[in-house]
Amino acid sequence: MELVCPAGNLASLKAAVDNGADAVYIGFKNETNARHFAGLNFDDRQITQGLAYARDRATRVYVAINTYPQPGNFATWERAVDQAAEYGVDALILADIGVMDYAAEKWPELRLHLSVQGSATSHEAVRFYSERFDIKRAVIPRVLSVQQVAALVDNSPVPIEVFGFGSLCVMVEGRCYLSSYVTGQGPNTFGACSPASFVRWSEVDSQLETRLNGVLIDRVDKDENAGYPTICKGRFKVNRETGYAIEEPTSLNTLPILPELLKIGVAAIKVEGRQRSPAYVAKVTRVLRAAINACLDDPENFVPDQSWLSQLTSLSEGVQTTLGAYQREWQ
Amino acid sequence: MTTSTGLRLSLGPIQYHWPKEKMLDFYRVIEATPVDIVYLGETVCSKRRSFRHRDWIEVAERLQAAGKEVVLSTLALLEANSELGYVRRLCENGTFTVEANDMSAVQLLAGKTHFVGGASLNIYNPRTLRKLVSLGLTRWVMPVELSQGVFAGFQEEMPAGIESELFAWGRLPLAYSARCYTARAHKLPKDACEFCCIDYPDGLMLSTREDERFLVFNGIQTQSAKTHSLARELRDPVPGMDILRISPQPENTERVIALFDQIRAGALSVDDASQELEPFAAAGFCDGYWHSDAGMRSSSDAAGL
Repeated sequence: MELVCPAGNLASLKAAVDNGADAVYIGFKNETNARHFAGLNFDDRQITQGLAYARDRATRVYVAINTYPQPGNFATWERAVDQAAEYGVDALILADIGVMDYAAEKWPELRLHLSVQGSATSHEAVRFYSERFDIKRAVIPRVLSVQQVAALVDNSPVPIEVFGFGSLCVMVEGRCYLSSYVTGQGPNTFGACSPASFVRWSEVDSQLETRLNGVLIDRVDKDENAGYPTICKGRFKVNRETGYAIEEPTSLNTLPILPELLKIGVAAIKVEGRQRSPAYVAKVTRVLRAAINACLDDPENFVPDQSWLSQLTSLSEGVQTTLGAYQREWQ
Repeated sequence: MTTSTGLRLSLGPIQYHWPKEKMLDFYRVIEATPVDIVYLGETVCSKRRSFRHRDWIEVAERLQAAGKEVVLSTLALLEANSELGYVRRLCENGTFTVEANDMSAVQLLAGKTHFVGGASLNIYNPRTLRKLVSLGLTRWVMPVELSQGVFAGFQEEMPAGIESELFAWGRLPLAYSARCYTARAHKLPKDACEFCCIDYPDGLMLSTREDERFLVFNGIQTQSAKTHSLARELRDPVPGMDILRISPQPENTERVIALFDQIRAGALSVDDASQELEPFAAAGFCDGYWHSDAGMRSSSDAAGL
């Protein structure tokens, strides 16, 4: 079971490599990837250095080109594919059918993975990309229970990668327009959810309000922790009750079900968080590496170490974690 | 005003959970409306069982007899193998065209029969569209978050004979999830949901803490609270706009169809239609996506028209 870790910059890449990632995934400094944030991602020099650093330490490098080009800007995605191919990266993580079609035609030897943004949740959907573009792996949205992941792995023509830790998209990735509905920019069209330029924090009557393009996402007392105003983690009114109607601020953590994921044949565990700091990446990678090693050594008797759990929880949104959709009760 | 020749109106699949009788009554009314195309099927939650397969087929046959083109729509989010089984059954129905709403359905249809690509397929650029056309797609519905400018860009590279459809009236489908938010609001897990969404024939309203009507829960689907309206486009359809889709609502869908039809025929001024449509959009109008803006925005104060 491969451990795939996020790297938003060179320092994070080194942190992931040094702490035991089998592979790191990165993106270019533009809208071709789903973490299109200011100050993040790799330019020419950084990618060359990063690749050399990872190569020397037998760590694979994947490049995420996982947003959706539109008429008139397709060439930007073509350039990203060509660039990554010319660098000789180990795989591209793609979402768009057109981009995949281009990559498969132009670089037939290049290894392609289907991004989570491709929204494939059944083996027939995975088969589509496998038959047409010869993808070698699919990353699946965070919507399936463990039993459903097992069924998908059994029937899938290619190995399956799942999310193991990090911020939790509660909507099917690649098909969530909440951010673009409010701001005009979303993951598919811009490569970012709830872009920072639309976020406003303001103090009103001793409370802190967070707004996204004017829409009130949450209001907290000054001693409370105000989370980033992602729409799905806000507090709203439904049937006259106010609360986290969609989901609480929380992070996904699969340590408790690691042996199950191993047993059902999941090929890789992905850590979310290219927008996180190198220190975060180092800590999470170290814990996940130790946990996966322990699980591989003795899956029958694997119990997550209390210190791993507390470390991950302290790094989590809202200082709490969940198994998310893997656990049916969550749904 | 224009008497647009060839612009057709479609009725999308019912998004909400309605009792069987309401659905039967609804489609009896639709038979007599001037809508040209009707999309049928459960696209949101496979647990909803007001209609069984044979009910859909019976309604499909009646609508076809009434002169409508009928298309069967597949589930947007598949999770269980049983759901895949039902999508396969639709794809192999042998009579009616199918609207594929996820890539599983595309895979089951590709190379076998022609199909419609639904709005949730993520067709964001002409190369993607051409690839799907090569596999049998003959009509596509543009993703709702894309703009008029993007639509025009597509038309420049549109393969011959491919029809373009736009989501033109209704609450926007914004997201799908493993979690059922209607059940969550009732503090129930999805596996024991008690089919509580049947009590919300128009969805469950979510408001901000300052009482702005913001989103609507419809089971595992999240919609906009505002009604997305492209009614103004009927005045002067942009090149390539073949079909405008109206999304069903529990009341007055036939009135919306009639008003769209009257504008299309030049029988009613847009201003007059605007006034009449306003009561059918409870939380107001939006058309921001079409104008390259935030989807929730409205290009005009005049009820989106």
